[in-house]
Amino acid sequence: MVDLLVFLVSAAIILGGAIGVVLNNHPVRAALSLVASFFGVAVLFVAQGAHFLAFVQVVVYAGAIVVLILFVIMLLGVDRTEDIRFEPLAGQRSAAAVIAGMVLALVLGGLFLSGPGGSDGAVALTGTKSRTAPISQLNESDADVQLLAEDLFTRNVLAFEATALLLTIATVGAVVMVRNRGAEEVVVDEPGTARG
Amino acid sequence: MEVTETWYLVLSALLFSIGFFGLLVRRNPLVMFMCIELMLNAVNITFVAFSTALDDIAGRTAVFFVLVVAAAEVVVGLSLVVAIMRRRPALTADDLTALKG
Repeated sequence: MVDLLVFLVSAAIILGGAIGVVLNNHPVRAALSLVASFFGVAVLFVAQGAHFLAFVQVVVYAGAIVVLILFVIMLLGVDRTEDIRFEPLAGQRSAAAVIAGMVLALVLGGLFLSGPGGSDGAVALTGTKSRTAPISQLNESDADVQLLAEDLFTRNVLAFEATALLLTIATVGAVVMVRNRGAEEVVVDEPGTARG
Repeated sequence: MEVTETWYLVLSALLFSIGFFGLLVRRNPLVMFMCIELMLNAVNITFVAFSTALDDIAGRTAVFFVLVVAAAEVVVGLSLVVAIMRRRPALTADDLTALKG
């Protein structure tokens, strides 16, 4: 009963936040709706026992990514709003609604037509079970971070290294792209008076 | 009534569709980014639900990688938005027509 209540409340927060992102014409309000949606997802992670992922969800998504988005909104001018009642391309919204509805129907069809519900339905969607590390071996008091770390640093260590490289490249690329070339040339042209 | 993973999958499908619709409809590049994040979160819900249903930690490891890739994607994407908007303020996605045939 508690599970059901938690699920329903967080699902309402998640979907309400998502609709808020799409329908708010002010970007800051959209970003705050996004935070609500992320927190709802974190609650669902806790409800399924994924405590570490819930923690990371709050810190990385609701913390870092939304702050980054808000920072860029503030940097570019916070008062720019978009009039979403105006539809620049005729028929774009109805076409988008039809396509999104088709995606939804495809996913739900795959879910409900692929086999019986419950765990067998999951197997029907993902193929046969090739279990790496069962979660059920954890005690109730254990955190899932131990199993996650074992899986990450034994079976997926190459992918882990690749993500480290990816983050480095992304950071360097961001710095290179946003660098203000005009200010740099002033320093290069007058080496003697750079500190003046 | 018990919450099975089918509930999580239906929620995930709804969230993905909302994000997809927003990505198609909105013209502010920042809001389009937020819609992409919504879609990534829908996938994360699916991964954790399957991980719990199949009693396998591999799905949660996948969520971890999705998080890292989302962070990198936001960094690169936002720096692109900043670099473009410096030159052309009040930009919407409709104005980027340099590659139009």
